[in-house]
Amino acid sequence: MLKIQNLTKIYDGGVLALDKVSFEVPQGQFTAIIGLSGSGKSTLLRCINRLVEPTSGDIFWNGTNITKANDDELRLIRRKIGMVFQHFNLVHRSSVLTNVLAGRLGYVNPIMSLFNRFPKSDIENAFKQLERVGIADKAHSRADELSGGQQQRVGIARAMIQEPDIILADEPVASLDPVLAHSIMQYLEKINKEEGVTILCSLHFLDLVHRYADRVVALNEGKLMFDGKPTDIDDKKFKDIYGREAERVG
Amino acid sequence: MDKKKPNLLRSLGIGLVVLAVLFIYAYGFQVTKVNLAETKSEHRREQLTRILRALAHPELFSYETEDTMVSLPVMVPCPEGGFQPETPDTSEPYLVMTPACGKGLKIAIVEGFNFEPFSSGPLNFRPADSEVNLQLGSIKVDRDGHFEIEVRLSNRPNDKVQELQAITRRNVGAPSLTRTAFETWDKIVETVFIALLATTLGTLLALPLSFLAARNLMKDVKSSLISMSLSILFIPVGFYIGIKVASWSLPVSVMLTGNPFVAIAGLLILPIIIWSGARFALSQSEDEKPLLNTRLIRWLVVAIIALVLIVVLHLLSNQAMLGGNNAAKLLGSFDFLGLFVRDLGDILGIVIGTVTAIVSAGILNSLAGRLGLILNRKSGTLIHILQVTLATTAGALLFFLLAAMINWFYQFNNTMGFFTAAASIGGILGFILGLINNPERSMPTGMIVYFVSRTILNATRSVEPLVMVIIFVVWVGIGPFAGSMALALHTIAALGKLYSEQVENIMAGPLEAVRATGANRLQTIIYAVIPQIIPPYISFTMYRWDINVRMSTIIGFAGGGGIGFLLIQNINVLNYRAASAQMLAIAIVVASMDYISSVVRERFV
Ligand SMILES: Nc1ncnc2c1ncn2[C@@H]1O[C@H](COP(=O)(O)OP(=O)(O)OP(=O)(O)O)[C@@H](O)[C@H]1O
Ligand SMILES: [Mg+2]
Repeated sequence: MLKIQNLTKIYDGGVLALDKVSFEVPQGQFTAIIGLSGSGKSTLLRCINRLVEPTSGDIFWNGTNITKANDDELRLIRRKIGMVFQHFNLVHRSSVLTNVLAGRLGYVNPIMSLFNRFPKSDIENAFKQLERVGIADKAHSRADELSGGQQQRVGIARAMIQEPDIILADEPVASLDPVLAHSIMQYLEKINKEEGVTILCSLHFLDLVHRYADRVVALNEGKLMFDGKPTDIDDKKFKDIYGREAERVG
Repeated sequence: MDKKKPNLLRSLGIGLVVLAVLFIYAYGFQVTKVNLAETKSEHRREQLTRILRALAHPELFSYETEDTMVSLPVMVPCPEGGFQPETPDTSEPYLVMTPACGKGLKIAIVEGFNFEPFSSGPLNFRPADSEVNLQLGSIKVDRDGHFEIEVRLSNRPNDKVQELQAITRRNVGAPSLTRTAFETWDKIVETVFIALLATTLGTLLALPLSFLAARNLMKDVKSSLISMSLSILFIPVGFYIGIKVASWSLPVSVMLTGNPFVAIAGLLILPIIIWSGARFALSQSEDEKPLLNTRLIRWLVVAIIALVLIVVLHLLSNQAMLGGNNAAKLLGSFDFLGLFVRDLGDILGIVIGTVTAIVSAGILNSLAGRLGLILNRKSGTLIHILQVTLATTAGALLFFLLAAMINWFYQFNNTMGFFTAAASIGGILGFILGLINNPERSMPTGMIVYFVSRTILNATRSVEPLVMVIIFVVWVGIGPFAGSMALALHTIAALGKLYSEQVENIMAGPLEAVRATGANRLQTIIYAVIPQIIPPYISFTMYRWDINVRMSTIIGFAGGGGIGFLLIQNINVLNYRAASAQMLAIAIVVASMDYISSVVRERFV
């Protein structure tokens, strides 16, 4: 259960990126976040694992207040929150396997991990995750030798090896072609359905939202504009979210 | 109308600028004493020719020479009735002087025939009553085996027959290397190794420093004022404890060293203890936070392991020094290998203390951080009072330490007064900060560290190695060691800066992704930063190695050893042909290093 209360973020330059956003996500839901570019979707997702420090407001997660956590507690929280990025954010010069194993860094003994030593079970798990996204044969390739779609699958494997309760996905398919986009979304869907992992995913395309999300949260200039089922977005709501001039296509 | 006026002003401005530039260059000519007359003077030109020719003949090869002496009896002054030497055998080399006799200081012409073509050598006068040779001139034989030279006869009147000797020297056999060549080789090897040591040491130390001086890594490092104050209080204590622990464990290892069997047994058994202890204490992965009891026991085990480790390292260092020394005696001309092992042992011994101090300071610092976190849980006036107290003491301590450092340099008379004043100022500043600061606000600790390390790096970098070497020469004496140290210090600063800029240029995405998995700072550096900086680091290290080779060729000018030392000596005694050999060596080494480093850089980037 994720509960966001009056979350506000003002960046150093004075940009109000989030304006008193509040909503709740029950465990196991697939929630899409939509909104125009610059509406604060990334900021919202990054506030949840505190890659961005919120200015005010609270984020409760299974009872603990993430915004009040100190460094040690934050690490324990983060290891249960997977994150998938638009630009994949793999370490290019490292192998695919190492990139996946990086997902275990919150669990393993810090001293051993400094020498690139991971428990056997983690390595086996890494292969299992890679197999699941269909690229086990690439385990020893360098990450930058992979195509975009393959890289995103490594990104998902890295998030999954964390054994997360929730995955934050920031436009996971925005740099992929439509076919690949669907395949990546299907992996996320499977994770959501089969393992009950909560998914919070920002998306640009409404058809993807309709196809995969249980629920939609819409932001406009940092304000929560809409919160409901994808099917409830009618023309009026659409214009609220995307502005008066926006045209619905398709 | 509107446009005209600005244009006029602009032209005026340009005119003024031109005038100013002219003025600056005129002044520049004056201060640099530009003097074209000197470059044209006959005398200077002759000197230039001489030095250029010398430089073109590096003194690298010499030949065995064979001397041929041809003599001619002469009379100085002419006896009564004149003097006519015997008719020479014209199938052999012979000399003819016209006139055949004469008064001292008279000019005569000496001719030689049938000499070895192109040979050369001195023409000497051998007085009758003495063993000395007086050189009258030097001869150069032409291609027909003939030479002709005008000489002034020596003023040594005697009634006996005296002698003219023409000695021609001829190169025979294969060329052999000169002493200069050997010396040059010796020193150029020394030079390359100065550069190697300086680069290695510099790289090793610049690496960790470069992380401290990288803004993107440091800007997120924040801590509350309480934690910061605790760190300031704890870190010096940590250093002190570390040094103490290292020095306490030294006698233990010395005890073990006494008996070689015990020492070897210790070296074999203790690491096993360390290994099994480590396996016990460092569980591979933890899903839940273990109980306090287990954690305490683990900490205890880790502490014991650390102590044992220090003893083992001391033991290793002692054994290396002993063994190296003994090996050196046995190895004969390879004794440098043994001595190297000995020196490594010595270095290890020095490093143990420093590393222990740093590690123990680090541990106490993280302890301070933990304590700070626990204290910061509380709120209300109590925490505020605590903050004021801690900030005051920390401020006082910080300023006291700074004062101690300043005092070390300037040795003030009123030491106590100075310290008290500094500590009070620090205390008052800390007090004010503690009073006004909201205990929950975090301080930019990382940025403070960033600015301090940047400043130190920049300041160190701006001192030329040639200047630094002067200090090291005073400390460790003239020679290559001083040169390596000076270059290493400069390398640390220069590479630290270059490296940290590379760290700042890495892609932020992977860094964030690794951070988001719950990795701590060190893990983030190892998994997200280091893979990204390997290529530029290699490239900059090679580039620096290149610079260090260049620098080490001249570091000898200031007493830093290497080929520069030889070069400046030869220049000072005007031995330009020897100097030329050294310049040639420098050119070859620099050019090949340049080439090698560019090849390596291309390969990795
Ligand atoms: N690091 C930052 N510093 C200052 N302002 C920022 C920063 N990051 C984002 N912003 C601003 O905050 C606002 C919200 O940005 P955010 O990246 O959250 O939008 P978004 O909805 O993810 O947009 P997009 O769809 O283009 O990714 C924008 O106006 C942006 O300019
Ligand atoms: Mg975004």
